[in-house]
Amino acid sequence: MRASRDTIPGVSDSAYVAGSVSAIPAAVPTAAVSSLQSARHSTLVRVTHWITTLCFFALLVSGVEIVISHPRFYWGETGNDSTPTLFKLPIPSSRDLVPTGYGYVLPDQNGWSRYLHFQAAWLLILTGLLYVIAIVLNGHLQRDLLPGKSDLSWRAFSTAIASHLRFERPSAAEAWSYNLLQRLSYLFVIFVLFPFVIWTGLAMSPAFVSAVPASVDLLGGQQSARTLHFFVSLALVLFLLVHVGMVWFAGFKSRMRAMINGRVITGSTASTEQK
Amino acid sequence: MSNLSRRKLITTGLAATAGAAGLGVAARLAEKYGLIPPDHGGFYGLGETLTYASQRLLTRHSLAREFSRSQISKPPFANEIPPPNDAFKRLQAGGFTDWRLDINGMVARPASFSMAQLKSYPSQSQITMVQCEEGWSYIAEWIGVPLSHILQAVEVHPHARYVVYYSIDPDWWESIDMADALHPQTFLTYGMNGDELPVASGGPLRLRVPRQLGYKSVKYITRMTVTDNLKSFGKGLGSASPEGGYAWYAGI
Repeated sequence: MRASRDTIPGVSDSAYVAGSVSAIPAAVPTAAVSSLQSARHSTLVRVTHWITTLCFFALLVSGVEIVISHPRFYWGETGNDSTPTLFKLPIPSSRDLVPTGYGYVLPDQNGWSRYLHFQAAWLLILTGLLYVIAIVLNGHLQRDLLPGKSDLSWRAFSTAIASHLRFERPSAAEAWSYNLLQRLSYLFVIFVLFPFVIWTGLAMSPAFVSAVPASVDLLGGQQSARTLHFFVSLALVLFLLVHVGMVWFAGFKSRMRAMINGRVITGSTASTEQK
Repeated sequence: MSNLSRRKLITTGLAATAGAAGLGVAARLAEKYGLIPPDHGGFYGLGETLTYASQRLLTRHSLAREFSRSQISKPPFANEIPPPNDAFKRLQAGGFTDWRLDINGMVARPASFSMAQLKSYPSQSQITMVQCEEGWSYIAEWIGVPLSHILQAVEVHPHARYVVYYSIDPDWWESIDMADALHPQTFLTYGMNGDELPVASGGPLRLRVPRQLGYKSVKYITRMTVTDNLKSFGKGLGSASPEGGYAWYAGI
């Protein structure tokens, strides 16, 4: 904008000329800085990422507390202390009725845990909806998450796996885009794990299933939904561990900075390559 | 640059104003249509309100799943119960013949029902699931009279919004909105699996609210009050549950 104004010919106003004079030398470093530090992640991605992180930890802590009140899992419609389990967690319980083998009972934390679980779930669902709608509309999904046609071959896939298995550090260019495995795992988390954890959660709600009985029938029963909810949560925790591990491996400081203020500081070659 | 940021500022301002106005209208409508739970205050109030409002809109007339006789849990599971108090033991010694259910509040004819009177209404049964907030569950056949029939008999005031109900255990009381109170599966139950309702399962009289978790299905019911406002009950949070840190609405 400033540049186009500067090119207007015949402007003799002294103030304007002064302004344009000062703008010319400034224009060069500004451009250089912006190519060095242009936004790696959009504001929307950064804000929704950290809200999701916050909600996920709230859901995890409260979820663990709720499981502690009955660390037994079943398959089918029903399950309780007098029915056989699918498996049980070898942990003490916050209820004295549960036969855990431990001689003590943990304090009951279910009240606030359940309040927090659903509050965080709401915030996460609304944030996730905003994120998904936005990335579809602004092209982030098509541009940065869906793998390119050339990437969808066994060769590309096995090359990516092999380079990960060799623990090759990502190239500078990779700081600017998601690699194939990253894209596939993000897509899996966003479009498979999160919807499934919400579904299995809702399938445990007696009111929700009264309106949508298929939501629980398709899963094989209310206790099956609970067991699946547990496993999908485990899968999400596994993703979190790998995700944080990869961030660490790729350079914790730079990747965290990119997700906090959006900036990546790299050599000018890396940034021009991207542009 | 300045044009762009001004436009951005105006758009953001308009969006924020529209958002705030929208929220205001939504809150007014939610209040009008009874979508605000009594425990809406405090840190978890927003999540609780969203859950209650959305589930109330989605489930106003939906029926809890019913199961086949072969799916009834064997052996019948009974949760641990607090030791019955002296008043309960006295009534138990008399075979519960003197057990009464008092209904008052916003009703045309406050009444006191004996067990025999409750059983004189045509009995109905449902095979539904009891789900505990802890995670366990069981299926049983519940026999009793729909609460709506009793509420019809005492003639509930059209402006009534909640039914507050009390166990003989003074620390256990709950309340439900009229959508649940008049729901065809909300039963005053006195029988289970083809037999009398065992004490362990809430006998002689338990209110079954099958679209909510087990703690709303209060055992040993002796008293009900119909009201349009929960503020004057206990600490004004709707029931004993929020006073103990648990959500008033237990549809999830």
